[in-house]
Amino acid sequence: MSLLEVRSATKTFGNLVAVNDVSLSVGHGELRAIIGPNGAGKTTFFNLITGFFAPTSGEIWFDGKDITRVPAVERVGLGMARTFQITEIFPELTIRENIRVAAESSAGLRLRPWLNRQQEAEVRDAVDEVLVASRLTEHADRLVGELSHGDQRSAEIAMALALKPRILLLDEPTAGMGEQETYQVAGLIRRLHRHTGYTIVLIEHDMRVVFNLADRILVLAEGAVLAEGTPQEIADNPMVQQAYLGKNQ
Amino acid sequence: MSTTTAPGTLLARPDRSNLLGQIAIWLLLLTAPFWMNALGGYTALASRVLIFGLAAMGLNFLLGFTGVMSFGHAAYFGLGVYGAGLTLLYVAHSTPLAMLDGILLGTVGAAIFGALIVRRKGVYFAMLTIAFGQICYYIAYSWNDFTGGYDGLRGFQRQPIGPIDIENSGEVFYYYVLFVFAICVALMALLLRSPFGRSLIAIRENQRRALFLGIPVERHIWLSFTISAFFASVAGALYALLNNFADPSSLNYVISGDIVIMAVMGGMRSFWGPLIGAAVFVVLQDYISSMTVNWMSWIGLIFVVVVLFFPRGLLGFIRRRAPA
Repeated sequence: MSLLEVRSATKTFGNLVAVNDVSLSVGHGELRAIIGPNGAGKTTFFNLITGFFAPTSGEIWFDGKDITRVPAVERVGLGMARTFQITEIFPELTIRENIRVAAESSAGLRLRPWLNRQQEAEVRDAVDEVLVASRLTEHADRLVGELSHGDQRSAEIAMALALKPRILLLDEPTAGMGEQETYQVAGLIRRLHRHTGYTIVLIEHDMRVVFNLADRILVLAEGAVLAEGTPQEIADNPMVQQAYLGKNQ
Repeated sequence: MSTTTAPGTLLARPDRSNLLGQIAIWLLLLTAPFWMNALGGYTALASRVLIFGLAAMGLNFLLGFTGVMSFGHAAYFGLGVYGAGLTLLYVAHSTPLAMLDGILLGTVGAAIFGALIVRRKGVYFAMLTIAFGQICYYIAYSWNDFTGGYDGLRGFQRQPIGPIDIENSGEVFYYYVLFVFAICVALMALLLRSPFGRSLIAIRENQRRALFLGIPVERHIWLSFTISAFFASVAGALYALLNNFADPSSLNYVISGDIVIMAVMGGMRSFWGPLIGAAVFVVLQDYISSMTVNWMSWIGLIFVVVVLFFPRGLLGFIRRRAPA
């Protein structure tokens, strides 16, 4: 059974059909990439999955439950964690504090006026664990706003990990990055997928990253599904080559 | 800027210069009645600094640490004033009961009104907070039989608490105000260092991110608004006791503006900044208003200078100058 299932989702803004009858099924432990030219509706599709807004029609199922009408904040509690195309972090807090906010939220402690010793230790351990996994330990006490773009991206992914998610939704994690940083973030995603077994859905522009990482790829164009398949199938698909890959090469 | 002066993190990791600053503040407050007079002030002025300091720090809980603006905190300050005054006049000659009623009236008022407006954002939220304040103001202003209307509420007197004679001694009353102030400040510091406080700072920094970390943003803003109004209403109840008088203008949006000015002038990203702002505001108001009726234009001038040249407020400026 699939972990995430989107059934014929459509989203319109006035006359604009941003997402047109798109279905998607992501299995446990799968790494799925969503690609498509600019304006293909990728981020809108993501916003439907994470509950930023509701679809005009269609359904979203997560772990066997219909969550189409569940608000975004509760979907986080169900195990959905996302990052944004433009990094969304708390710039005036340190990395450790950024992750800590997420860890406390995930542990259901966000209303506590204080923590007892055991809770304090648990939160600290959870934060340390995520710092190690995302290789940010050495920068832990620096302000996120002072870090390089690549480290900020890693920090945002680390915050998502601190939520102990069942699925990670990453919106263009390597957007605006140079070689070195792309390599750093792609490496982090690969480790999370291959070694820790996270289920990941990824919007990505960088073709090398996509073809290296993804188990399967969904191609969107003008809001609709153009093709779906393994990286090899997508690379060989003449429609994709014409509509998307051709333009980018 | 160096890493250690990050405003959001100052609370989380108190360093040594911070500790020394705190000791200095408490020493000054504890000894105020002894040097206030020598400097041309008087004890009631020191009490007023503490009271408005508490109101401004309370507002700053919302403004500086949650990132939400209220131009209507006079409503909760004024409900505190009237709750305490009305209790002393009509119900019982009891200072603790008067305080309790004032605080309850202000806090419950904020909880109800906050729940109605929390879904509104930014300037709409701020406008609605003004509206509620003005409603309270006109009720107090018009209801002659009950609130004394335009003339205000007179004829009540703060009462001794057991053997502690806060009624006749301005000094003893000052220490009572300082005691209440200290409890409130400790509570505020505790909340801000807690997971709840961190979630508020997260909301200030980035609401969208906070939402997608599973923080129910609107509920937390509502809580912050109510807690913030709680501190303002404590200040209001103390203000009624200080003056033995409830003035409808204590509910007016002018007071709301004063409290905002104090917080911003003192430094809304720092914990103690609003107290410094309140001290400067209240003392200058007292001093300049004895010379000219246009005292507000001088305060306004100072405010403009502070905002233009020290955007982190007076305390932020002092901090930056202090050796690391």
